[in-house]
Amino acid sequence: MSAVMPTTSAAPLHQLSPGLWTLAWRRLRKDRVGMVSLVIVGFFLLLILGSYTGLVAKDWSKEVGVSYANPTFMAGAENLEAKQAGAKQTKSEVPYVDLSDIDPLAPKYEEWAKRTAEIKITEVQRAETLPFGGDKWGRDVIQKAIKGAETSIMVGLVAAFLATVIGTILGAISGYMGGRVGDFLEWFYNIFTSIPYILLILAFAAVFQSSPALAEYKGIPMVVAILAFTGWTGIYRLVRAEYIKHASREYVKAAQAIGASHSRRMFVHILPNVSHVCLVQLSQHVVQFIKAEVILSFLGLGVPVDSVSWGTMLAEAQSELVIGKWWQLVAASISMAVLVTAFSMLTDSLRDALDPKIK
Amino acid sequence: MGAYVIRRIGQMVPTLAGVMLLIFVLFNTVGGDPALVLAGKITNKEQIENIRKQLGVDQPYHVQLGYFAFEVATGFTCTWRSFTAKPEAPKSDGKAEAKADPKVDAKADPKAAAKQAQPSGCQAVRSWATNEEVPMILATRIGPTLTIMIPVLVLETILAVLLAIGVAYLRGTLTDRMIMAICTVAMSISFLVYIIVAQYYFGFKWGMFPVQGWSDSFIKNLLTYAPLPIMLAIFVGLAPALRLYRSFFLDEINNDYVRTARAKGLSENKVMLKHVMRNAMIPIITNVGIALPSVFVGSFLLETFFSIPGLGREILVAVNRSDFPVIKAATIYLAILTMVINLAVDVLYKAIDPRVQFK
Repeated sequence: MSAVMPTTSAAPLHQLSPGLWTLAWRRLRKDRVGMVSLVIVGFFLLLILGSYTGLVAKDWSKEVGVSYANPTFMAGAENLEAKQAGAKQTKSEVPYVDLSDIDPLAPKYEEWAKRTAEIKITEVQRAETLPFGGDKWGRDVIQKAIKGAETSIMVGLVAAFLATVIGTILGAISGYMGGRVGDFLEWFYNIFTSIPYILLILAFAAVFQSSPALAEYKGIPMVVAILAFTGWTGIYRLVRAEYIKHASREYVKAAQAIGASHSRRMFVHILPNVSHVCLVQLSQHVVQFIKAEVILSFLGLGVPVDSVSWGTMLAEAQSELVIGKWWQLVAASISMAVLVTAFSMLTDSLRDALDPKIK
Repeated sequence: MGAYVIRRIGQMVPTLAGVMLLIFVLFNTVGGDPALVLAGKITNKEQIENIRKQLGVDQPYHVQLGYFAFEVATGFTCTWRSFTAKPEAPKSDGKAEAKADPKVDAKADPKAAAKQAQPSGCQAVRSWATNEEVPMILATRIGPTLTIMIPVLVLETILAVLLAIGVAYLRGTLTDRMIMAICTVAMSISFLVYIIVAQYYFGFKWGMFPVQGWSDSFIKNLLTYAPLPIMLAIFVGLAPALRLYRSFFLDEINNDYVRTARAKGLSENKVMLKHVMRNAMIPIITNVGIALPSVFVGSFLLETFFSIPGLGREILVAVNRSDFPVIKAATIYLAILTMVINLAVDVLYKAIDPRVQFK
């Protein structure tokens, strides 16, 4: 009996009490919905990492199937578009008339025929069906959806990260410093929030698109910039409130007493204590920005036409639906819905896990 | 209260100045030389110099900023007069014409052109693409937008409140969890997908509603063309509103006054609809107040898909053809409107919640 006692009672004395992140992780582990969404989000991230490095969906732009190839599970369905495309290649049945006596090019025909014969023609066998169907150019819809996921998720992640950085830095300065600097940043914040969000995005899009100086950044970097420069305000407000709360706390005063500079107090001492707010905001904004990117790309204000995103897929799908080719719409919207659902549920779980009030 | 309103209006001035500064910096410096944007494909130096003079961008920045402030002010004074004086100016056919005819004709003698069009002597900014007066464009496009958005806001709020109070009453049950899960999934599907699918089935395939269109008669618009867009907007807006309002009701439902009301022997209906509802309405009205300015912007997606000649579509068209005056004016006037609405909502609070003190 007495041999057991020391181990049980002594162990907690030597153990550090778990920190915020350890506790949050423990809580998240217990949250079944949160873990499932984490796995799904992780799967998508692996998928886009794979497509970024060329392991997955490398051949998304290859035209492997016939135009609007049917999905394999409905191979029997009629594909008028492919038939029409094929029909154009067959020879027209025009009666042959000998014009060689008046045709000035007649002497050259023989030479041309010889040259033509020298050129090797490789007949590409295009697949009649693809696993989940093909688009107008016969590209595999699933590979397109993966590549589209890469673009959309990358834009969402990078833009949300940038917006969080901008919002956190400005919020930290405004909340911690207060006074004139704080007033100035509040004024700046008010400017951005008094313009309706949609209009703000469209105004930035209009300016960035017509700017000759930014012409080389057109496409993905531009969408990221538009979303980040317009989307930081919510993060700023929350971070600022946190910094106002923390700035007068004892640990910050203690840091001041040992001679820590303002920036050290702001970003080394306080930031770890508000970082959970930033993380939840980051996660929320990824979802918001993915949705926004899809809409911007659909409207032609987003990624360029030669790359693919869920938004451009939906833009193509709109006209395809009218001729009964629904698979691209379904592929893009389902992959997007799965990711966004998982990401928003993960955000909810993260918030629950990190919110000290529920402890 | 009078002092409060005056102080709030006083606070608007620096914000409005900031909005104008932001718009000015965006469109006059970040966006590149406005003259070059207007000139389009013209490379003739003399003509560009001419355009630059007409736009006033050859002046130093502070003079330009003064012009800009003047333009904003004249827009206000002219709108009402021109709106009552003459009907909508005939719309020319977009960019092609405007760019081919580089305004030199119309602008060579701007005063004469303005006099011809405007007997009142008012001279407002004109669209680069259509040469219409910008305030007029905005004034004529607001009607269709409101025809869609006001029913959406009213119906969505009523539906969401009623559903939320029901769901909150059933909190924790299977029904509640099912509805919340459906909401999460419904929210993660892009608005685009809903529009594409609904327009295809309800409009194209089943012919229950016109696929798109608009008429001159308000009644016909409201009864024929508006229902499908309105239903779509409500359907998409309902899920997030329901989730939010449910949380507002849940915050109230566990309070002591609810227990007291039950202890007094009040019926459940009375407890929920009178006691809980009144308190939960405060955050709900805040939320509706936040959403109110976007009513005037309209849903540019709906307006684009259903060809509704509203403000949202007009702005989007302006973005696509770099029609800077329209975007600038829309941004500034809607920012002013947003500030005024926010003030009105804050004042209205007092009426709903007597505890509110004006600071």
